[in-house]
Amino acid sequence: MSEIDVGGQKEVALECRELHKHLGEGETQVHVLRGVNLKLYRGEVSAIVGPSGCGKSTLLYLLGLLDLQDSGSILIQGEEVPPNNDGEHTRIRGENIGFVFQFHFLLPEFSAAENVMLPMRKLGRLSPKEMKSRAHALLNEVGLGDKTHRLPSQLSGGEQQRVAIARSLANTPGVLLADEPTGNLDVKNSLMVFESLTRLAKEKGQAVLIVTHNPDLAEKCDRILRMQDGQFI
Amino acid sequence: MSLAGIVFGVGFFISTQAQLSGYQELFIETILGTDGAIRIEDRIQDANVFVAASTTKNTSTNFFITDKNNRRFVEGIEHPDNVIEAISELENFEAASPVIKGSIQLQSPLRKDNGQVYGIMVDEHIAVSALEDQIQLGSIEDFRGAPTGIIMGHKMAARLDVTVGDSIIIRAVDQQRRYRITAIFETGVSDIDKTRVFMHLSAARSLLKKPHGVSFIQVSIYDRDHAMVDAEAIERVAKHFSAPWQEREKSWMQLFKTLQISAAITVSTIIIISGLGMFSTLFMIVMDKTREIAILRSMGYTRNDISNIFLWQGVIVLICGTILGCGMGYLITFAISYLPMPLSGIFATEYFVVNSTAWHYVQAVIAAIIIVMIACFAPSRKAGKLVPGDVIRGTAA
Ligand SMILES: Nc1ncnc2c1ncn2[C@@H]1O[C@H](COP(=O)(O)OP(=O)(O)OP(=O)(O)O)[C@@H](O)[C@H]1O
Ligand SMILES: [Mg+2]
Repeated sequence: MSEIDVGGQKEVALECRELHKHLGEGETQVHVLRGVNLKLYRGEVSAIVGPSGCGKSTLLYLLGLLDLQDSGSILIQGEEVPPNNDGEHTRIRGENIGFVFQFHFLLPEFSAAENVMLPMRKLGRLSPKEMKSRAHALLNEVGLGDKTHRLPSQLSGGEQQRVAIARSLANTPGVLLADEPTGNLDVKNSLMVFESLTRLAKEKGQAVLIVTHNPDLAEKCDRILRMQDGQFI
Repeated sequence: MSLAGIVFGVGFFISTQAQLSGYQELFIETILGTDGAIRIEDRIQDANVFVAASTTKNTSTNFFITDKNNRRFVEGIEHPDNVIEAISELENFEAASPVIKGSIQLQSPLRKDNGQVYGIMVDEHIAVSALEDQIQLGSIEDFRGAPTGIIMGHKMAARLDVTVGDSIIIRAVDQQRRYRITAIFETGVSDIDKTRVFMHLSAARSLLKKPHGVSFIQVSIYDRDHAMVDAEAIERVAKHFSAPWQEREKSWMQLFKTLQISAAITVSTIIIISGLGMFSTLFMIVMDKTREIAILRSMGYTRNDISNIFLWQGVIVLICGTILGCGMGYLITFAISYLPMPLSGIFATEYFVVNSTAWHYVQAVIAAIIIVMIACFAPSRKAGKLVPGDVIRGTAA
């Protein structure tokens, strides 16, 4: 059981306490997470590193409320998230959490700009016109200002991933979770994607958590969390 | 594919129902045109007037008949004028025609035949039936002007090998007389066309030796669907047993109902099969789109949002399917009505008879809605229930 807590007066964006998670059923059941404690601060970029299969993705899905923990609690902006309340989880996801996955998960039928607008549409805080200009601004920031009308299939892997980053920032979430966002990219593209991610997060004071196998990228983060066998070490 | 199934299903549903109800309608028209909406027959035996009834002296015999409700009847109507006067107060009453009925034997130069004679008053009877339109040969006017004229069913005429202008000997009770055929009718109902002979009421009275009373009164009404209620009212007011057409032709009406229901079920299976097709297609789409579903969920789209996306697909198919299906049903129905289909027996027709009502369209659309919604519900729910974490773990591990 390890508690990692850096920094003094910074605002906690997300916190988890004693998270446990089993995966699989019966004989093949694995105790993937064995009591994870973590605090993420606004404006700080943290990296999780660790061997394959140690439970990094699993942790990220729990923090992002995409899955349910077996025990332990998650607090977002100091408020405990009620377990087993799908409606509430969905709402928090929409308002407070942005995701970037190893795979971009863009909807192939929609253009880059429309993909970025999807989370805004659900939240419904902006008028269609505002959504459009915000989508263009976000794509501009990740260097895709001239390709907003392209379909995902007409973009390169790095570009697709940058669209996914723009999408994750659409609702200005307090927490940005990225699972190997550069996993499929070459060195140059990895760097570009990483820079977009961290720069935007820093500017907007978001808490960013990146899972990565790339030590160079990890080094660039404010904080490195090492994980092994479902725990931080 | 499923769309086509729904289009055909709805289309066939509408056209088969239209045919069946067309035939039913024709059948009802035929009934009303021959035996009328309501037939008032035997007097209900009232304890108080029992003595009066049984002591009336006339040549016709009074029988006491007991029906299943244990009511007793006196055969025939002794005072038709009183009865008609009483029932003409009814709001729905249109016209009434007193009729004397009896068994007869007909003798043409070549053959003999048995039949039923109906003694009628021409104008009254035309008002309660379609007799005038059923005349095939000769005319009602000839009949009106000939005291010994008769109107004969066309099948009977064919069997006796006689035609308009011929004279024929009719035997009844214990006498025989000669009559002249002034017209030949066809109702399409072979039983009637084979046996029925109309003559003037006064002629029938003397032939059958029934100087008083009549056998029954045929009544026509404005609203035929009200016949049941009217018949009951007549029984109450006129104290005579009266049978509305629905009751007289109960077994036929039930047959039509059964045919309509079974056709509806048969045709609905087309819709059901396309529903199954939709069900599996939609399931496959859901399985194919799990990533997209997971990512939408991760963005804050709720279970219902996801389910609705898939339900919408069903709704779109449903809307297109029912609109096209209704159009197709209309066209089929229209086309069928021009198909030659000579028929006679319980009614006569040369073409397919159709009768479309908005109700058939409503029924078909309701059936399609129910089936499609059931087919879409499970896949859509399944889509909503996907746990995004599981999906993403499966794809990005
Ligand atoms: N459905 C499952 N049933 C049983 N065990 C599972 C299941 N899914 C994942 N696991 C196990 O859970 C553990 C943690 O998986 P997780 O994806 O969190 O690892 P990770 O740290 O993200 O690895 P990587 O760096 O390769 O992405 C692994 O050991 C994996 O074998
Ligand atoms: Mg992983």
